[in-house]
Formats: sequence, C-alpha cells, structure tokens
Amino acid sequence: MSSEATNNSAEIFSHHEDEVQLGFWLFLMSDAVLFGLLFATYAIMAGNIAEGPTGTEIFDLFNLSLQTALLLVSTLTIAIASRHAMLGNTKGAMFWLLASCVLGAGFIALELNELGGLVLAGNGPGRSGFLSAFFTLVSMHGLHVSAGIIWGVTLVLQLSREGVSSRLLSRIMRLTYFWHFLDIVWIGVYSTIYLPWIMA
Amino acid sequence: MNSKPTTSAVTPAHITGFVLAVLLTAIPFTAVGLNLLAPQTTILVIAITAVVQIIVHLRFFLDIRIKSDRPRANISLVFAVVLLFIMIGGTIWIMTDLAFRMGH
Repeated sequence: MSSEATNNSAEIFSHHEDEVQLGFWLFLMSDAVLFGLLFATYAIMAGNIAEGPTGTEIFDLFNLSLQTALLLVSTLTIAIASRHAMLGNTKGAMFWLLASCVLGAGFIALELNELGGLVLAGNGPGRSGFLSAFFTLVSMHGLHVSAGIIWGVTLVLQLSREGVSSRLLSRIMRLTYFWHFLDIVWIGVYSTIYLPWIMA
Repeated sequence: MNSKPTTSAVTPAHITGFVLAVLLTAIPFTAVGLNLLAPQTTILVIAITAVVQIIVHLRFFLDIRIKSDRPRANISLVFAVVLLFIMIGGTIWIMTDLAFRMGH
C-alpha cells in the first residue's frame, strides 16, 4: 500500500485507515448489543408457546446443517477474498467475493424457504410469543446477511471498474469484518434457538 | 489483518480457524443428531463449543489478540461483552423473577 508514498503520507494514510476501521468496529459492537437484546427477548419468550407449535415440531436438523455449512464455508471464502485484495489481486478478490455472495444467497434461500413454510402453515410471527421472538431474531440476522450480499456484489462491480485501490481494499476489509461478525451471531442462533429445541 | 508478509492467498491462521470452526460446529450437531448423551450433557456440549467457537472466530478471522496493536478495538470488545452480560443476564433474571411472582 505504501510503496509509492513517502513514509510520512503512508503514516497519515494508515492512521486514517485505523480510525475508519475502528469506527466500523464500534458499529459492530453496537450491533452485537442489538442482537444480544433480541437473544434476551427470545430467552424470555421461548416458553410462551400459546396454542402454537413448539420448536421441536417445526425445526429441521438437516436444513439447519445446510444453512450452517453454507455460512461457515463463506466465512473462509470471504477471508480468502480479503487476502487477495491485500495482495493486490483484483481477479482473485472478485472471484472469492462473488463465491461468498453465492454461498450467502444459498443461506438466505434456505432461510426464506423455512420461514415462508412456517407462515404458510399458519405458524407465522403472530402465532405465539415464541414465534414472534424467533422470527424477529432470525430475520434480523437474515437482513444483515442480505445487506452483506448487496455490499459484496457492489464491491465486485467496483473492483471490475477500478481494480484493487486503497479505497476499495478498505471497504473489503470492513465487509470481511461484517461477514465474520454475522457468522458469530449465527453460532448464537443455532446454539440457543435451534439445537436445544431439536434435541428435546 | 495479517502481519506476516506471506504471499499465499490462504493464510495458516485462516486454515487453523476454519478447521477448528468446522470441528466445533460438527460436535454439537452430531451430539444432537445422534442423541447419544443425556439432555443436560448435550446442552453443556452446545454451550461450551459455542463459546469456544466464538473465541476461535475472534482470534483467527477477526484477528483479535490479547496483546494487540489495536488496543481500542479490544477495549470496545470488552465493553460490549460486559454490556451484553449485564443486559442479557439482567433481563433473564428480572423477567423470570417477575414471572415467578406473578404465579407462573
């Protein structure tokens, strides 16, 4: 990054870059608090089944495994994409970003299929307190992943126009952090919501 | 993100992180899928593997270290974790206590 710049301007750039990444990191931490509160709400509401189904009746281990596998592999592919970007390899970065977006889209498709099936079967968020809290938390995560996919595709288009620049590298690093963060949230989702119900 | 000047597209940290993450995901899913353990043991396995996997992701993918060159990121992480403990723990504590007092 600093090969052509003088030491001084490289320092200023890297200082500015640190500030930008720290700002994004602070956003992720506040996002973690948002998800934390949705988890707390879910924990309180989980027992309020009303006349609706329990999680054991509606959750499917196979679907969950597929979703988790897609997200887990995408966390590796986005790390590879950011590595390519750091090395200045535009094509590599574009390919692996796109691969991550495809994996993310597969995750979203499975999620829409699951949530849509529940709504069609009359088990939408209005059915019980448990389903309200479940839909809120899972859809909030799904919305984040969808935003990440749009962000990733946008970056691929920008990369195709100008190649890896310091501006785009900085954006790719933030998307990578965002993506890893969402995978951490998903660990919380399957550990606190899905697996305890499926084992019951 | 990586301080080592390697030119490989896949760093050792990513490989280590990914292998550990796959293992730590496979363990709870297998425990639930095969239903081999007592329910309480299974819950414990799910909880422990989840916490360890979150640490693995923070260390190998988000590049968080205890002795970091980004101390402010670490401080904000610790602050967020403290907030989460207070808010999640406090919510569950107060709401279950309330439910108990309301006779549920």
